[in-house]
Amino acid sequence: MTKVAMTVNGKSVSREVEGRTLLVQFLRDDLRLTGTHVGCDTSQCGACVVHVNGEAVKSCTMFAAEAEGASVTTIEAMANEDGSLNTVQQAFQDYHGLQCGFCTPGMVMSATALLKDNPKPTEQEIREYLEGNICRCTGYHNIIKAIMAASGQEIPAIAAE
Amino acid sequence: MPKDSVAGTGIGASTKRREDVRFLTGNGNYTDDINIHGQAYVHFLRSDVAHGRIISIDTSAAAAMPGVVKVFTGKDFEGVGSIPCGWQVTDRHGEVMKEPAHPVLAQGKVRHVGDPIAAVVADSLAEARDAAEAIVFDIEELPAAVNMKAALEPGAPKVHDDLSDNLCYDWGFVEENKGAVDEAIRNAAHVTTLELVNNRLVANPMEPRVAVGDWNKSSDDYTLYTTSQNPHVIRLLMGAFVLGIPEHKLRVVAPDVGGGFGTKIFHYAEEAFCTFAAKACKRPVKWTSTRSEAFMSDAHGRDHVTKIELALDKDNNFTAIRTETYANMGAYLSTFAPSVPTWLHGTLMAGNYKTPNIYVNVKAVFTNTVPVDAYRGAGRPEATYQLERVIDMAARELGVDPIALRRQNFITEFPYATPVAVEYDTGDYPATMDKLEEIADLAGFAARRAESVAKGKLRGLGVNCYIEACGIAPSNLVGQLGARAGLYESATVRVNATGSISVMTGSHSHGQGHETAFPQVVAEMLGIDASMIDIVHGDTGRGPMGMGTYGSRSLAVGGSAMVRATEKIINKAKKIAAHLMEASDSDIELKDGKFTVAGTDKSVAWGDVTLAAYVPHNYPLEDIEPGLEETAFYDPSNFTYPSGAYCCEVELDPETGKVTIERFSAADDFGNIVNPMIVSGQVHGGIAQGVGQALLENCAYDENGQLLSASYMDYAMPRATDVPFYTVDHSCQTPCTHNPLGVKGCGEAGAIGSPPAVINAVIDALNSGGHKVAHMDMPASPSRVWAAMQG
Amino acid sequence: MYAFDIERPTSLTDAVTALGREEAQALGGGQTLIPALKQRLAAPSVLVSLAGIAEMKGICMNDAGLLCIGGGTTHGTVAKGAVAHYPGLADLAAHIGDPAVRNRGTIGGSLANNDPSACYPAAALASGVTIVTNTRSIAADDFFEGMFTTALEEGEIITEVKFPIPEASCYIKFEQPASRFALVGVFVAKFAEGVRVAVTGASNNGVFRWTAAETALSANFSVGALDGLSVPAQDMIADLHGTAAYRAHLVAVMAKRAVAAAK
Repeated sequence: MTKVAMTVNGKSVSREVEGRTLLVQFLRDDLRLTGTHVGCDTSQCGACVVHVNGEAVKSCTMFAAEAEGASVTTIEAMANEDGSLNTVQQAFQDYHGLQCGFCTPGMVMSATALLKDNPKPTEQEIREYLEGNICRCTGYHNIIKAIMAASGQEIPAIAAE
Repeated sequence: MPKDSVAGTGIGASTKRREDVRFLTGNGNYTDDINIHGQAYVHFLRSDVAHGRIISIDTSAAAAMPGVVKVFTGKDFEGVGSIPCGWQVTDRHGEVMKEPAHPVLAQGKVRHVGDPIAAVVADSLAEARDAAEAIVFDIEELPAAVNMKAALEPGAPKVHDDLSDNLCYDWGFVEENKGAVDEAIRNAAHVTTLELVNNRLVANPMEPRVAVGDWNKSSDDYTLYTTSQNPHVIRLLMGAFVLGIPEHKLRVVAPDVGGGFGTKIFHYAEEAFCTFAAKACKRPVKWTSTRSEAFMSDAHGRDHVTKIELALDKDNNFTAIRTETYANMGAYLSTFAPSVPTWLHGTLMAGNYKTPNIYVNVKAVFTNTVPVDAYRGAGRPEATYQLERVIDMAARELGVDPIALRRQNFITEFPYATPVAVEYDTGDYPATMDKLEEIADLAGFAARRAESVAKGKLRGLGVNCYIEACGIAPSNLVGQLGARAGLYESATVRVNATGSISVMTGSHSHGQGHETAFPQVVAEMLGIDASMIDIVHGDTGRGPMGMGTYGSRSLAVGGSAMVRATEKIINKAKKIAAHLMEASDSDIELKDGKFTVAGTDKSVAWGDVTLAAYVPHNYPLEDIEPGLEETAFYDPSNFTYPSGAYCCEVELDPETGKVTIERFSAADDFGNIVNPMIVSGQVHGGIAQGVGQALLENCAYDENGQLLSASYMDYAMPRATDVPFYTVDHSCQTPCTHNPLGVKGCGEAGAIGSPPAVINAVIDALNSGGHKVAHMDMPASPSRVWAAMQG
Repeated sequence: MYAFDIERPTSLTDAVTALGREEAQALGGGQTLIPALKQRLAAPSVLVSLAGIAEMKGICMNDAGLLCIGGGTTHGTVAKGAVAHYPGLADLAAHIGDPAVRNRGTIGGSLANNDPSACYPAAALASGVTIVTNTRSIAADDFFEGMFTTALEEGEIITEVKFPIPEASCYIKFEQPASRFALVGVFVAKFAEGVRVAVTGASNNGVFRWTAAETALSANFSVGALDGLSVPAQDMIADLHGTAAYRAHLVAVMAKRAVAAAK
């Protein structure tokens, strides 16, 4: 067993874990933060994306022990302080950017990371950034719209419906 | 239904989804989020060969491993029932289909890669998996039946030793029409013949399947938490047919479910295992599928090989259609597998066209592959693809405009009885085609093609129509056709004392937004705000027997049940209101949440009536019971028939064969619409899955039955860069005539309507570049397109 | 995954010591290794994470004009940090996997793994890099020894990769539709002393130099110089996603596109 200590959503946590414990298992099983999901085992679907020290990472492809001393942020900490949806989350609701909700936490975390680096991404830049986030429900249409809206941009007329 | 409140929270309003808040904040409650104190974990040891005889399994070393609770094999399930099939097809000769046993854990033989050989229950998942490696087994590998036509040859390896061969059934529809169809084809001015493959797909909802079984030693009750589209159906199938647990001792809960697309309809071995093992181990037992495991254990979709012939007269009127299809069943019959290539496919072969003679032959085949069952559209995409491809091919052969050829043959009068046994109630196919031509800007295509050519690319345009039969289904009809279940839906509307409402529905929401759209209907009927209404679903312990969500049926059937129950509520509430206002029942009107006596200014509020129902001090107790709760079961009198016209524009890179979707337009007729935002979202998602089938997705086996596309490394899922913004329109509305909402269903349309548009466009692009390619099979991957261009 | 211990050294010396343990294996960014461990394709007793070794991270120009990238530098860091010095390399790094993968995956990890469809080996071979380890320096031409095979000894760690900077370069890949790894990727690097062309994704023998193209382009750096040239199909990978002939064809197409876009 290995002792790990990190900050998760602003709180210090410390646990004994096996070497093989993935960060996502640590979050879901040890901390009961079940908003972060697992949708594949080949590091492709992105349902598990969280932020480690401010950067988007796939928490299924990182060991908990590797997050020693890091600051980890999950979907559970994304809302505004008063509990209301933040800008990105609100745009996903406003533009119907989710259906079953399973890929959604990863989408929100990736979208947030994108907008931090690139506050006004083009449609193509958004699509390319979401290369590692698979959604089976929405056909991506409303996700792209939501992210454009969250960045304060006009939605192209062709995507009206 | 009136349709005048698009600004409020009633019918026609694009109300934002209330369920989104929990999903966006990480507070969803999916099955894998459920952990019961003391639970153990199961790992299944799965076959790595497609076909083999089990000589021996020794679990003693595994049982002694750290943390192991118990190791199970097929022997432990000898007293347990077979996983049942829910539909019995009768073949052309009046014989019922072959129906082999499907054990929970393999007995005697393994029949596909992924077939479970043994299961280890342990304190942790890692320990279960470690111990599974200590199971010593001897399996004699046998030659596998993989290719369907080869599997029907004499001497082919038999998937099931106790059956005479691998032919599940040989179905003819309508058998009596065969002679007339043959004659019409003999006499035709032109016959277009097309042989095609409808590629095998894996549904891939982003949430893998999960099951948690629990047993209460005090009450001897069982609870199964599972990722299901229809928990009541699972309770019935698993309880009555597999484990012998009566319904009152078994609760099945399907909480938030992360997508289904058909593959979460079926009852699976892992559900029965976890429920059974919970009692055997006296501990809750949890199974969470990995994605790799899902590829070899979730029922697959499609996998048809078809020859279709379209006959035309000298004026290009369709005179006959004849098809011969081989449909893969896989190694066992999944829950609804036999119905998919038959009643959900043959009945759709008329499409949008008045073809007088149609004959469909389907040979269903057992192979050493994962079972195949319904996937988004289920049979209807296969029918649409054949028909819309062969029409396009005929147009190219005849040198006529493919849209004009379709228009010429459209059904224009309704109701219309097809030669394949269904009656379309409404539709307006010219109107959806007109709308498509407008939104797709067909007039601008030539200029766009010129731009592509200037860049060294080819550009193609493909159009097709579709019709689907959904809102399934009339129980008496499907009973005649072999269904072993009714296909009604139920709803209980529970009005509480303060006027808030819980609606228990048998429909299940796994992305469709029922929690938002269903209250819109009730709110509209009662004239109250939708926020006063909550939907309860997915728990057999909380609502009446229901049949679940698939076949674009939730609003058409489940919504109709809810309307009927709400009508009962209104009737009773009016009686209470009449009593409170000392008026006659027949004079009471309900509007904007207020009961008034017609022609007077006397009124009582909704809340006054609901309170009186539960505090019946001033109440007509001699005439009606206290309380305000009603249940209705709705059984539809017909299918619903959504239809539409789709257009795809592709750009093709002749150097690499890569096809990109540049524009995609969809004009649908869904009848009345409750929440346009949700409807558009359903169409978007369906289109992406159809584009996935057409360009990317392919579940492939090698000749030995090894699964080649066993993870996302080899199974190509559509990603954001693979699709454009879609242009969708559902302003053409011919309401359904036989359900109270006039709705038709929209969940599968996109997946049904889009594959032929894409392939028609690819063929158009190739031909525009001088490549005389008549057809290519899906997926039109870069390598295949490039190969087609090489001739 | 099988059980293993995890070590998190903060210095190269400690990492080398840790890798001396029985069945020890180095863990770079883990973006390939962790999925393999999940499939139980490897059974290390101890994983030595290199992520905490500061001396193995970073990008700089040395006095000899070489772009030096620490073995533990992530693709995301290279994508940003190499833009001003070596845009062709930065562009390659910016298109490996997806953003989250690029935030973890490292250049050292990618080169040490030598996946036949990885991007970095093409850049390393075409650039003629020097791969520096804890014990020695290895020329790129001596480093890649076939699919998943390199000149690295057991326990040897890539600490730095030194890139000569070409006058013009470009990497173009054609993605495998499912994995989005390179089905074929071609890196063209034009140096004063000649052109180097490296191909990834295509060959059964892993990354390779396309010498015929190099000769032609060294004489005349233009798309037309590649007309009529092709690689032999018999060495190419054939699978679900493309025949050997298709891959061989794509090598020429991608090479031409890389030449056309080189800057």
